[in-house]
Amino acid sequence: MTVHTTSPQFKKNAARALGDAQLQKALSNVKQGFIDKRQKAADKLPEFEALRDSARDIKNHTLRHLDLYLEAYESKVKASGGHVHFARNAEEARDIILGICRDAGARTVTKGKSMISEEIGINHHLEANGIRPVETDLGEYIIQLRNEMPSHIIAPAVHLNATQVEQDFRRVHKHLDAKRDLSEPVQLLTEARAVLRERFLAADVGITGANFLVAETGTSIIVTNEGNGDLTQILPKTHIVLASIEKLVPTLEDVSQLLRVLARSATGQELSAYTTFSTGPRRPTDADGPDNYHVVILDNGRSAMLGTNFEEMLRCIRCGACMNHCPVYHAVGGHAYGWVYPGPMGAVLTPSLIGVDKAGHLPNASTFCGRCESVCPVRIPLPKLMRHWREREFERHLMPATVRSSVKLWGYFAKRPALYRFATRIAMGTLGFVGRSKGRFKWLPMAKGWTKYRDFPAPQGETFQARWQRERKGRTA
Amino acid sequence: MSARDEIFSNIRRSLGVKGSDTIRQQIVTDRLERAPRGVMPARGQVSGEERLALFRLQAESSLATVTEVASPAEVPQSIALFLRNHNLPASLRMGDDPRLAAMPWSETTLDISHGVSEGSDLNAVSHAFGGVAETGTLVMVSGAENPSTLNFLPDNHIVVVSAKDIAGDYESVWNRVRFAFGKGGMPRTVNWITGPSRSGDIEQTMLLGAHGPRRLHVVVVRD
Repeated sequence: MTVHTTSPQFKKNAARALGDAQLQKALSNVKQGFIDKRQKAADKLPEFEALRDSARDIKNHTLRHLDLYLEAYESKVKASGGHVHFARNAEEARDIILGICRDAGARTVTKGKSMISEEIGINHHLEANGIRPVETDLGEYIIQLRNEMPSHIIAPAVHLNATQVEQDFRRVHKHLDAKRDLSEPVQLLTEARAVLRERFLAADVGITGANFLVAETGTSIIVTNEGNGDLTQILPKTHIVLASIEKLVPTLEDVSQLLRVLARSATGQELSAYTTFSTGPRRPTDADGPDNYHVVILDNGRSAMLGTNFEEMLRCIRCGACMNHCPVYHAVGGHAYGWVYPGPMGAVLTPSLIGVDKAGHLPNASTFCGRCESVCPVRIPLPKLMRHWREREFERHLMPATVRSSVKLWGYFAKRPALYRFATRIAMGTLGFVGRSKGRFKWLPMAKGWTKYRDFPAPQGETFQARWQRERKGRTA
Repeated sequence: MSARDEIFSNIRRSLGVKGSDTIRQQIVTDRLERAPRGVMPARGQVSGEERLALFRLQAESSLATVTEVASPAEVPQSIALFLRNHNLPASLRMGDDPRLAAMPWSETTLDISHGVSEGSDLNAVSHAFGGVAETGTLVMVSGAENPSTLNFLPDNHIVVVSAKDIAGDYESVWNRVRFAFGKGGMPRTVNWITGPSRSGDIEQTMLLGAHGPRRLHVVVVRD
């Protein structure tokens, strides 16, 4: 099994998140920042929409030929002196990584940000076996100090405010002057830089994820702004790349297309500060770099998504644009989703990876407003895929009895148009008549979930269908 | 069945294909061989002065600083001036790059040392393999000439790039990499660098100097 999930308690998580003042303050940064920045970056590049099509097509092509590109990639890595390991699931991946760390005699391991490493829970596994993992991305470092999961796939600590980070630094960095000034974010950054610089230089193994793997050259690619991923992989003797099977792309040309949409969609940058292409271990002509280069390729349920409705989800390049634009994510943040991947992409991916029985609430936590699909750089139809999960959940009788019977009742009327029109006319007429003086209801039978938080506007008394009929008659006459 | 074999057989079963299908193999071999270009932004399709101006504009918008010199002989003085203007110590770490070695460093008072960075150097200079005007990006390749640690450990990273090596787009640089390292070959590390190190992880406010250099200074040599 993979890491612990609280996805089954999504509703409870969400209710708690809505009442958390610190979280709500922190989340306002998502709403304000990311959306404008992405729009500006997209507007600055006239070919942006064409590049999104290109990115989608490259990923589709690769997925349809994934077995062959994986073989080509594997043989290229071997030819460059690297090792490739395959892991069917989280447990196998953890064992492979622990084995490599033990062979390297590792006591501390630095880590670049990797969502796959969260997925397999590698940190706890290393710790349980006497090896100290140190997260080096600033956001990941902060949440590691707090023993939390990332709440966003590119901004792991987006749920926190600077004062909370200050408290954590004071709690953990005990060797520093207790009276030091940490009131400015730049002071927090400088302190983390100094503390982590020591860790970088002392680490025996560096573990990074991969944004892409290139079949043409056997290259793994990481994209960072901090440079932490690079220090993680060039300083220790051993570099382990942890990647899932869908990270493959055919060529350097293809990855250049994807890189043109990745940063723009994620942070609104034209390109992140550091894009690093790594191929094998240190060469005889190198003066630095790792002596050993290992790639661990994880499946963990992904191969079973190929050939299904959910194959399209495997195009995802983890930019985070879907959650940055999601009103549900804006309201509850990432932790409420209860597993590794939050937001719309998490609502589709999580049921695939841990089961719809556990994560069935997630695809239901959507207003289907469609903003996620409208900004996805690889054009994943996220609302459609969430709807597929809702259908499966219904088919497999995983919804609560009240929801099932309500849907069935609605279905009975919907399949009988005359009855539907009659029933809705009665209902709307009644509500319109009763509510005509105030124009709204503070309370309605069977609608407590709505009226608890806001008033229900009184209908005008006529159904949409009736008005449609009336106006169309008026127009044709 | 080994994990590897099972993953491959799962992929093939899900896709409904066989590994021995020669048509699919041909499609894949062909794409890897030809490496077709995709959508090319018009922005980068410029040459000469226009391309240099675009490189400079884009690099500066990524918060790098850029200066131009007429010949390699002017590089040491230009770097000495940059360090002085920012009140930085007159020391400089560099690799074995012959282009850098041929420059008249003795005309300056800079204290030059050679080799990889151990983490204590304040200033380093590297010679870029090339640049990309489209985004103001520097392209660095690893090797004893320009060790990768110099790109990340020093506080101030200075990069020398020849104007003739600045391409319009990434694809043109990949062509040069293929010419230098063979088709399908790569140096151990290629670093694309676009501006100094930064982080937005605290309240989504962009701050410079996260783990890598706080300053990135580019010297374009126009000979």
